[in-house]
Amino acid sequence: MTSIPAPAPGAKKLGLVIDLDTCVGCHACAVNCKEWNTSGHAAPLTDFNAYQDHPEGVWLNRVHTYEAGIGPDSRTVHFPRSCLHCEDPPCVTVCPTGASYKRAEDGIVLVNADICIGCKLCSWACPYGAREFDEDQGVMRKCTLCIDRIYNTNLPEQERQPACVNSCPARARHFGDLGDPDSAVSRLVAERGGFDLMPEQGTKPVNKYLPPRRRPTPTVPAETAHPAGGNSVLRWIDRVLSR
Amino acid sequence: MNPAFSVILLTVASGAGYGMLAWLGVLNALRLLPASPWFGIGAVLVSLALSAVGLFASTLHLGHPERAWRAVSQWRSSWLSREGVMALLTNLPALGFAAAWLFAGRAAGVTVVLGLVAAACGLATVACQAMIYATLRPIRQWCNPLVLPNLLLLALFSGATWLAAAVAVGGYTPRIVAELGVAFGIAALLAKLAYWRRIDSAPPAATMESATGLGSIGSVRSLEAPHTEENYLLREMGYAIARKHAVRLRQIALALGFAVPAVLLLAGLVAGVTLGRIVLPIAAVIGLLGIYVERWLFFAQATHTVTLYYGRNV
Repeated sequence: MTSIPAPAPGAKKLGLVIDLDTCVGCHACAVNCKEWNTSGHAAPLTDFNAYQDHPEGVWLNRVHTYEAGIGPDSRTVHFPRSCLHCEDPPCVTVCPTGASYKRAEDGIVLVNADICIGCKLCSWACPYGAREFDEDQGVMRKCTLCIDRIYNTNLPEQERQPACVNSCPARARHFGDLGDPDSAVSRLVAERGGFDLMPEQGTKPVNKYLPPRRRPTPTVPAETAHPAGGNSVLRWIDRVLSR
Repeated sequence: MNPAFSVILLTVASGAGYGMLAWLGVLNALRLLPASPWFGIGAVLVSLALSAVGLFASTLHLGHPERAWRAVSQWRSSWLSREGVMALLTNLPALGFAAAWLFAGRAAGVTVVLGLVAAACGLATVACQAMIYATLRPIRQWCNPLVLPNLLLLALFSGATWLAAAVAVGGYTPRIVAELGVAFGIAALLAKLAYWRRIDSAPPAATMESATGLGSIGSVRSLEAPHTEENYLLREMGYAIARKHAVRLRQIALALGFAVPAVLLLAGLVAGVTLGRIVLPIAAVIGLLGIYVERWLFFAQATHTVTLYYGRNV
């Protein structure tokens, strides 16, 4: 059913918090995502021309790099982009078959590949480019929040996290319940001023991004014409050159 | 947005088919069409064939055409599903209309009612089709209130040219139909010009600053894309080929889609029955070609917010 389940107060909203301050742009999250999802229970995440010119394929997580601002306050920011598991996901309501759905129990947005007809309308409806069409399988693919990891009791407990979170060497990715205001991820969002991407699209993303921290601008000591201390010869040279 | 042949053919052909069906139902109720049951059946079947061509083309767009039947299940939330339901439903009153015309005569109550129901269902299908586009918020050229009147008026205009051709081929003079075609052609033209003016001046749906949330630092520029090659997103949503020819293609769409069919419709009126049999079908076909160009632009000029992440303007 592609209608959005009615939000219950206090319901689980599993999602990611991505720290744009600490992300180093190493693409390990994207690579581990690809690795886990290409070898999981679903069909492989298709690649075309993998070992030839113009290789391309389906990825569920992609890392962009941006420059923001100009001058000493500008920043280079690495920016992982994946499904935000929106509270109001337009990709779900447009689905004509019910293949796209949002789980009532934890808010994860999924595609049932067995009934997806591959009409691609959901990828048009997503403002964020979170969905990529698998030309080989003929169905739409997207981030599952590693639903086959986070509930997987065959994995050691510390590994029951999305692959991207597990692999991040900078600890820039956090996974948890954003519906619980006391959870670690919710506190992180509150402390650091986590924000939504494209709030004007009205999708109410669950995933939050943490802004780069403001660095204190280093204060350069003003240069005095005749510094008092130091070598007397250098002071004399300084006086001569200053004439 | 990628102007896929299958989707453009769907909207152009089914628009003309449902527009023609709508005129058949309405003009028959007003007793303005030839009474011959063979004309009635032939015209209804032509209109259904046009829409069937469109629906068949749309299945070519699917990754799994054999599962297309599933698309009628989510009519509660999805305009695409509603379009599928209405497209299938329309066949029932339309075929009933043709049968009633044959067996009960065109003036019988049942014929008139079935014709009007078929007309309403056909236009509702076009409206559902328009709403698929008009509700996609990431694409500002589609998510605007002029898309629905544009697609409805173009369907009625191209439907009128096809009905005029059918009347002429049947050996009659399609005076009323041709006049309605010209009138709706002018209305569709005005709607299209208003649409083009709007998309040329409307503000963006989002900005790189809001897409990345980095606007508090300053203006945002893309330094490095995630991948060096193309991907699905850039092919489907980032289609930009030939967008620079937009002005010329708009002129072609105006000439082929509006000017030539309107002139030929008027020529068909004065030309008499014999010449009309040739001129009016040409008008219908050329008009459809022009609307194909118009619909191609509707896709090619549409920009999607995902391209913001790749440093493009929307």
